[in-house]
Amino acid sequence: MRPRANPWWQLASILLLLGLWQVAAGIADSRVLPVPMEVFVVLGEGLASGELPYHLVVTLARVAASFVLAMSIGIAVGIAMGRLPALDRFLDSWLVLFLNLPALVTIILCYVWFGLIESAAVLAVAINKIPNVVVTVREGARSLDKDLDEMAQVYRLNGPARLRHVVLPQLAPYLLASARSGLALIWKIVLVVELLGRSDGVGFQLSLFFQMFDVANILAYALAFIAIVQAIEWFALRPLERNLNRWRR
Amino acid sequence: MSDLVVNIGAKSFPAVDRAPAQQALQDLAFSVSHGEFVCITGPSGCGKTTLLNLLAGLDTDYQGEIRLPRVTGRTAPVVGYAFQAPRLLPWRTVQENLQLVADNPRGSDSVDELLQLTGLQDFRHAYPQRLSTGMQRRVALARAFVVSPDLLLMDEPFVSLDEPTAVRLRLLLLEVWQARPTTVIFVTHDLREAIQLGGRILQLTDTPGRIALDVPVNLSSTERADPAVIEHHRLRLLESAQARH
Repeated sequence: MRPRANPWWQLASILLLLGLWQVAAGIADSRVLPVPMEVFVVLGEGLASGELPYHLVVTLARVAASFVLAMSIGIAVGIAMGRLPALDRFLDSWLVLFLNLPALVTIILCYVWFGLIESAAVLAVAINKIPNVVVTVREGARSLDKDLDEMAQVYRLNGPARLRHVVLPQLAPYLLASARSGLALIWKIVLVVELLGRSDGVGFQLSLFFQMFDVANILAYALAFIAIVQAIEWFALRPLERNLNRWRR
Repeated sequence: MSDLVVNIGAKSFPAVDRAPAQQALQDLAFSVSHGEFVCITGPSGCGKTTLLNLLAGLDTDYQGEIRLPRVTGRTAPVVGYAFQAPRLLPWRTVQENLQLVADNPRGSDSVDELLQLTGLQDFRHAYPQRLSTGMQRRVALARAFVVSPDLLLMDEPFVSLDEPTAVRLRLLLLEVWQARPTTVIFVTHDLREAIQLGGRILQLTDTPGRIALDVPVNLSSTERADPAVIEHHRLRLLESAQARH
């Protein structure tokens, strides 16, 4: 387990960042770089009017849907590829192709082929993330302990029991790693998807603010989103990790 | 109830990378009656573990035939296997490790009884990595018995323990086996251990392994606890092995 960070140290670092921002805004003295206070006021207004929470929730729903889709497909394919060398060799070139396919291309193609609809948006984001999950989980599936596998075979654990009690616990660190990197990647791509083809969500709002050069609102939305992703890390991923690691010495 | 019948014509491992092909077992035939405790000894690398893996069904690539003992009423023979390393699931507690295998449809509600028998009641909620090696082996022993096996395979389960702990575990094994009798194949390279435990000793030759010696051990439990008696028997066994050459 990591040593606990000193909260005062973290606070000092954040205050320093705010200070730098304040100074820079003072020197620039421009509408396109507002001082921190102005951003917080705009953030407050957005929260009070209910507009910001609405768009946040819409975006988060898309993040959640894409996340679940990408993780479940990625885990299944990753385990299969890690366990079956023939399948691994067969699918490897597909994987390379999808890994290097630019996110923007996937998004445009999904919109062109399926229309500007919700499912096309979620699918486009998932397709961007799946190859990363596959690569990470495949690595884990390749390093599964053969001894435990034989044990499971001798004691005749059935398929689901083997998956749940023998395979998945060994994959836990890999799953957690791809969940973490997945969250960070997915919410960034969701914003692009919204910017290009949805009429709500944080990405859509940002495109409006861009047209109006409303930098204060852009920063306010960004701050709100960063706060939420950090909250997920603190209140979901870290406790989950602690729970998964409780058996370690 | 039927006997264990082993009749292996040949078992070889194909060449892999630069390692040459290897003949592990050849013309190995024996049978073990129900409830017998047989120790298999032989030099390192003579194919003892290979034989166990064949019996366990982990390796099916061999010529010959193996008929596992079967208790009437069961659709398929149940095997318990205590591996050389304990092979416990580190993310499950001692009790959960036993439950996982016992909870199979075969059903065997004896987790508590085995925890009791093996002196693990106080450690039932401990995770394996927090236990000593001796304790972990105890858990592996309990797990092998908890499935009420028709055939119990043991692959040097007490190796690399200090002698007092190993002695304690051997006595424990005999105790549990008497409480829950079954056919046992116990592999060891240590002839003393074989004499202390087995009702019969099968000695294998060097690779490819075949049977060099098949002798009964008729000792009382007090005699088995006496190092002098063990040593005497060991020398006699070595002599008869020499005489055969």
